[in-house]
Amino acid sequence: MTADATTADAVGRAFREEGPAVLATLARHLGGDVGLAEDALQDALADALATWPRDGVPERPGAWMTTAARRRAIDRLRRERSQTNRAVALERLTRLEAGAADEYIEEEGPVQDDRLRLIFTCCHPALAPEAQVALTLRMLGGLSTAEIARAFLVADPTMAQRIVRAKRKIAAAGIPYRVPRESDLPERTAGVLTVLYLVFNEGYQATGGERLVRAELCDEALRLAALVADLLRDDAEALGLLALIRLTHARAPARVDAAGRYVPLDEQDRDRWDAGLVAAGTAALALALRLGRPGPYQLQAAIAAEHDRAPDAEHTDWARIAALYGELAALAPSPVIEVNRAVAVGFSEGPQAGLIVLAPLLEDRRLAHHVPLHAAHADLLRRAGGSAAARNAYDRAIEASTNSIERAELQRRRAG
Amino acid sequence: MAKYMLLIYLDPEHTPSEETSAEWGKISQELAQAGQMLEGAGLQGIDTATTVRVRDHERLVTDGPFAETRELLGGYYVVDVPDLDVALDWAAKMPNVGRGSVEVRPVLEM
Repeated sequence: MTADATTADAVGRAFREEGPAVLATLARHLGGDVGLAEDALQDALADALATWPRDGVPERPGAWMTTAARRRAIDRLRRERSQTNRAVALERLTRLEAGAADEYIEEEGPVQDDRLRLIFTCCHPALAPEAQVALTLRMLGGLSTAEIARAFLVADPTMAQRIVRAKRKIAAAGIPYRVPRESDLPERTAGVLTVLYLVFNEGYQATGGERLVRAELCDEALRLAALVADLLRDDAEALGLLALIRLTHARAPARVDAAGRYVPLDEQDRDRWDAGLVAAGTAALALALRLGRPGPYQLQAAIAAEHDRAPDAEHTDWARIAALYGELAALAPSPVIEVNRAVAVGFSEGPQAGLIVLAPLLEDRRLAHHVPLHAAHADLLRRAGGSAAARNAYDRAIEASTNSIERAELQRRRAG
Repeated sequence: MAKYMLLIYLDPEHTPSEETSAEWGKISQELAQAGQMLEGAGLQGIDTATTVRVRDHERLVTDGPFAETRELLGGYYVVDVPDLDVALDWAAKMPNVGRGSVEVRPVLEM
């Protein structure tokens, strides 16, 4: 690798790791204008790419980025006269630039952290869910627009426009840059966790395309969930989500074989599971449960933990898993959960019992194209001995699937 | 501070009662007391609406609202509040939100 390429890597890494924190603080100094803060940080990134190869990587890249981004923000404020609160922001930044102490720490929420403000702003319910996801990955994850576009299989300009529109709405609609007040915190936190869950699911269960797992999204969800759980220290569900992501992602190495083929849980080589992640996930779950406020993420994590600690599919505590799905269904009823409960019941009490749980779901027209439902139905029928009916059900699952790897696996099971 | 218009959309199936008008009086008073109301008004029903368009320099006047929708615009408030969250809090207090909806739009600052 050339020296230039190494420096470019260092720039990329520094901005990835420290960029979000720099952005979060700059946005506060700008009176909550995250769009301008982001633009200024991008300018600083361009500056770094131009100067670091020549001058070397600064000793404290974070401090360098803070100064560079602040100067760029001042440039932009001087140029962009349309900016509201321009004078106030300019004054504040110039004072900071002159080395005066930062006296602008006015707290409204219970937690003092700029990154939390940034998270809650990116995940504000006034923004469309897909915009919340894109902004979170962009601003908090430090992913480039191109990377996000690729991960969600949309064209670059589409994703760029989505992000620009969201940033514009934050500024124009006056979405505040702050941690919500205590009374709104549970609801708003749930919104943040939903965004992270969406990111992880999209990575883990890629809905379209040729790849089954989009690792970059899983990694990002993992990193952000750890950050959020750390910032919202006493939130049981934030810890629950972190545990769930760790315990699920731990199986990723065994989920796709060398040929890129999907490997179902019961056939996975459990030695290939990431033991470190399993341990970390189990620890996060224990911490969450100790807080005594159960919730859907903690229950899902508990289910994942049961799978992770079982030596093989046969010696899995399916009765306990079925009971956990029952609790989950009581808390947050959904057909997806019922399908999973039917599978667990099918293993603990036999395929006939599983088919009984599944029956009402098969009547539901809205689930006519729900792949997991038909796949579970087919598996249960096959185990119950109805091979013709099982083949029919596999056909329905194959027809509904949009992921080529998943389809191949269903075809294999249909033939087997 | 920022100005927002709260557009009050009513459920056409719901006939307003004396009780509802008392509720509107109460929320108007609350807004005024908070010093955050710039203006507000209720509108008469859509059967009183007339729509005007000019096409090719010709004035076209038609009876009725500009678009048939499930919900109808019944009134508005303009509030002056610190940020969107406060505007959304007021919106959530409107007597119609249980049946209709409230659209919150920032006012274009000239």
